[in-house]
Amino acid sequence: MNIIDKQQVVVRFSGDSGDGMQLAGNIFSTISATIGNDISTFPDYPADIRAPQGSLTGVSGFQVHVGANKVFTPGDKCDVLVAMNAAALKTQYQFARPTACIIIDIDCFKASDLEKATFKTDNPIEELGIKQDVIAAPITQMVKDCLADTGMDNKSVLKCRNMFALGLVCWLFNRDLKLAETFLREKFAKKPQLAEANIKVLLAGYDYGHNTHASVYHTYRVETKNAVPGKYMDISGNKATAYGLIAAAEKAGLQLFLGSYPITPATDILHELSKHKSLGVITVQCEDEISGCATAIGASFAGALAVTSTSGPGICLKSEAMNLAVITELPLVIVDVQRGGPSTGLPTKSEQTDLLQVLFGRNGESPMPVLAATSPTQCFDAAYMASKIALEYMTPVVLLTDAFVANGSGAWRLPELENYPTILPPYVSSEMKDSYTPYQRNSKGARYWAIPGQEGFMHILGGLEKDGNTGAISTNPDNHDKMCRIRAQKVANIEVPDVQVEGCVDDADLLIVGFGGTYGHLYSAMQEMCQHGERVALAHFSYLNPLPKNTEEVLKKYKKVVVAEQNLGQFAAYLKMKIAGFDPYQFNEVKGQPFVVSELVEAFEKILSNKK
Amino acid sequence: MVMSEYTAKDFKKGQPRWCPGCGDHFFLASLHKALAELGVAPHNTAVISGIGCSSRLPYYMNTYAMQTIHGRAAAISSGFKVANPDIMVWQISGDGDGLAIGGNHFIHAIRRNIDINIVLLNNRIYGLTKGQYSPTSPRGFVSKSSPYGTVEDPFCPAELCFGARGRFFARAVATDAPGTIAVLKAAAKHKGASVCEILQNCVIFNDGTHDSVYNKEGRAKNAIYLEHGKPMIFGENKEYGLVQEGFGLKVVKLGEGYSEKDILVHNAHSEDNTLHLKLALMEGPDFPIALGVIRDVEAPTYNDSVHEQLKSVSEQKSYHNFQELLLTNDIWEVK
Repeated sequence: MNIIDKQQVVVRFSGDSGDGMQLAGNIFSTISATIGNDISTFPDYPADIRAPQGSLTGVSGFQVHVGANKVFTPGDKCDVLVAMNAAALKTQYQFARPTACIIIDIDCFKASDLEKATFKTDNPIEELGIKQDVIAAPITQMVKDCLADTGMDNKSVLKCRNMFALGLVCWLFNRDLKLAETFLREKFAKKPQLAEANIKVLLAGYDYGHNTHASVYHTYRVETKNAVPGKYMDISGNKATAYGLIAAAEKAGLQLFLGSYPITPATDILHELSKHKSLGVITVQCEDEISGCATAIGASFAGALAVTSTSGPGICLKSEAMNLAVITELPLVIVDVQRGGPSTGLPTKSEQTDLLQVLFGRNGESPMPVLAATSPTQCFDAAYMASKIALEYMTPVVLLTDAFVANGSGAWRLPELENYPTILPPYVSSEMKDSYTPYQRNSKGARYWAIPGQEGFMHILGGLEKDGNTGAISTNPDNHDKMCRIRAQKVANIEVPDVQVEGCVDDADLLIVGFGGTYGHLYSAMQEMCQHGERVALAHFSYLNPLPKNTEEVLKKYKKVVVAEQNLGQFAAYLKMKIAGFDPYQFNEVKGQPFVVSELVEAFEKILSNKK
Repeated sequence: MVMSEYTAKDFKKGQPRWCPGCGDHFFLASLHKALAELGVAPHNTAVISGIGCSSRLPYYMNTYAMQTIHGRAAAISSGFKVANPDIMVWQISGDGDGLAIGGNHFIHAIRRNIDINIVLLNNRIYGLTKGQYSPTSPRGFVSKSSPYGTVEDPFCPAELCFGARGRFFARAVATDAPGTIAVLKAAAKHKGASVCEILQNCVIFNDGTHDSVYNKEGRAKNAIYLEHGKPMIFGENKEYGLVQEGFGLKVVKLGEGYSEKDILVHNAHSEDNTLHLKLALMEGPDFPIALGVIRDVEAPTYNDSVHEQLKSVSEQKSYHNFQELLLTNDIWEVK
C-alpha cells in the first residue's frame, strides 16, 4: 500500500439530509486543522425542511479542502467523494475528479433506492460512467453488526452510519482517531452511551479500510508547512461576524444589541449572539424584519452598538428603517448575508446580488457605507470595521457577506483585541451642555452623540428633514440641499484602506477585479495562471462605499481588466459609474454556487488571448 | 404626598401646529401636567412617535424624543427601553399609525410586556393625509376614500390589547384633563406595557365622533369612571349601576329593585380579563362608555427579564470578555 504525499486534497461528504454529513465533515475538518493543515469548508445543504428520504432534492453535502499550505477555497472538485445513498452519488458525482476515490454505502443502492434516485438501470456505476476507484462498502450492515449488542433501536443505530464513513476517510488520510474520539465525547457529553456507540462505529470504519485495503491503490498524507505560529480555531463566517461585533462593542465600551428575525442563511448570527449574555449581549428576536431594524435604531438612540442581521427579502423590508438611521445619523450595523434572489429565490444558496440595492435601494439621497467580507475568517475584521465606521461617523453601515462565506469555515488565528484599532464615538463633551443641538459636527463631519439620560442634552431626532443649525424641522430648500450634501460628503470622507493588488503587480496583462466572498476563488485562479507563466494580478475589494482612494489608479493601470462577480454585473456597473472611461471585461455567474476556479482560469485565458 | 420638583413648563417646548380645537392640544397639556406630577426628570424621559397628526407631539416635549417612521414607534420604543431601561418611555401614536401600519408592532410590544407607555390617540380618521377612514372608523363610514361608506368592521383597541394579553388598558377623553392625567399617571406607574386610549375629535375631518362624552355633561350622562375597588355607579345623579346578567352586563337604576350592594365592584387587578373586556366594549346608547383604568395587572416585564437573564447567565458562565470567549472554543496551537 502506497502513501501519496499531497499538497492539498478535497473531500466531499454527501448523503441524505438526515445522514449527518455536516457533522462528519466538521469533525474531519477539525482534526485536519488541529494537526496544522489549513482548511476551507463549504456546506451545501438543501432548502427543503426534510425532502423525502433518498430523493435527489434531499441530498446534503459538505466539502472540505485540506492543504499543507494556505488554501483559499473549498476546492472545485473532490479527491474523495463519500456518497451514502444512490441519490447522493447521482447528484454529487459531478464534483468528483477523474482521479477521485468514491466511497459508497452499497446497502443503500437497492432497487427502491435506485428508483428514488431516478436511475434507469440496476448498475448506477456504469450508468453514470464512473471510471474511478469505488469502495462499495456494506456500511449499513456493518454498522448494524457493530452495534448489535448495544440494545440501541434501529433508528439510532442507523444514525451512526456517518461515523463509519468518517472512520474510513480517516484511514484513507492516515488520520489519528484520538482527536475524533475527543470531539465525539465532548459533543455527546450528556449522552455518553451515544458517544461510545459513535466511537465504536468510527473505529470499525477505520479498521474496515485497514483490513481490506479497500480496493484502493494508495492512501494520502497532507503535511503541514508554513503555518503562522499561534493559537487557531475553526470558525464559520457567521460566527466570525458575531465575534467581530462582540469585539467592537467591547473595544468601544458599549452594550451590543441585536434586533433580528430568523432568516436563512443569516440566522446563525442571532443564534451565536444570543449565547453570550455573560458578555452583556442583548438579542431581541423580533416580530418581523422591520422590527429587527427598528428595535436596533431604538437601541442605538438609547446608546448601544446596535445591529440588525438579515438576508434576501429581509433587506427589502429593512430599507425604510435603514433610511431613518441615515437621516437621524444614528450608528447602526446592518448585516446582509446575501442569498439567491429575487424574492424568496434560492434561500440556501449564495450570490452577490444585493450590492446595488444596499448602495442605492432607498428613497431620497441616502448615502450608505458598504463593506463586504472576503472570506469566512475575514468576516471578523469586516464586522469590526463596519462597527467602527458606524460608531465613529454616526451612520448606518451595511456589511455584506453571503451564504458561501457565512456557512463556510476556515482555520482562524486567534486575534488579540489590543492590536485592533480604537473605536471612539463622537460623544458630546460637558462644554456642550445646554447649548447642544443634534447636528453639531466634528472635523470628520460626524454629529455628536448625546446618549439619553444626560442633563442638558435633550434633543429630538426624526425622519423629517432638520435645520442643520437648530435641529428644528425645516423645509427650507437651501437647508435641505445642504443637509443632503453634508450627509453624502460625510460618507464620501470615510477613511478606508487602499485596495491591494496581488500577483504580477507591476506588469500584469490582465487585472482581475472582484469584491466580497469570491476572494478565495479569484485568488486561486490568479495564482494558478501565474504559475503557468501568465501575467495576471488581482484587486479584490472589501470597502465598496466609499471606494478606496487608489481605485481609479489601480483600475486604469492595466491593459485588460475583468470584473468577476456572482451577479449580472452590478459591481462593474458601479465602477463604471464611479470611474469615467472604465470599460472592463466581465465574468458573471448567478448559479447560487461558488465560482469554479478551473472555469475562471479558462475564461480569463480567453480574455488574455482576445485582441481588443 | 411628595411634591414633584417639576412643573408642566419644564416639559413644554415649541408651539404646537395642530388645527385649532384639535384634541391633540388638550392631550398635550395633560401629558405635560402628568409628567410634572410624576416627577421623573425630563432628561430621564423619552417620547417616541411614528407618523400622523398625533405623532408630531414629540416636537413639543422638552425631553429626549424621536419622531420616527410610520407604524414603527412601538418597535423603536421597545429597542430603546431594552437598551436603556432607566429611561421612562412614552410611545405616541394614532389609530392609523398604531393599529393599521403598526398593528404588528403594537400587539407584540404588548405581548412582550415591555415597560413602555403606549398612548393611542383615537379620532377614527386619517387626518394628516386629509380624511380617509381608519381601522377604528365604524362600518359604513363615509370618507374621501369611502364615498359610499366602508364595507369593513373596525378594531376596538381594547379588544386588540387584550387579545395580545395586555395587562394595562385605560381610556380617557382628550378634553377631560383630570381624567386624562389620572390615566397617564396610572400608566406610568404600571410596570409593563400600558395602553391608554385617548378619545378625541378631529375638528376638520371627523368632528363630533366622540361627542357623546366630549364635554362634562355628556360624560356625566354617557360615561362611567371606573376605579379599582369602587362600585360601578354612574349617571348625572349617580342613579345607575352595572350588574352582571348571565354572561353579560346590565344597566340598572338604583332604588328600583337594586341597591348599591348589588352593583359590581371594579377589580382592575383581576388576572381574568373577561369582565374587563365587557366593560371596554360597552357603548351607547344602551351602555355608558367606560373611562379610567379598566385593567391593571402586574406581570414580569420584558426589559427586566432580559437584564435579569444577562445577570444570571453571567454568574454561571466563566467568560466575561472577548479574549475569554475565544478560549471557550476548540483551539489548537501551531508552533
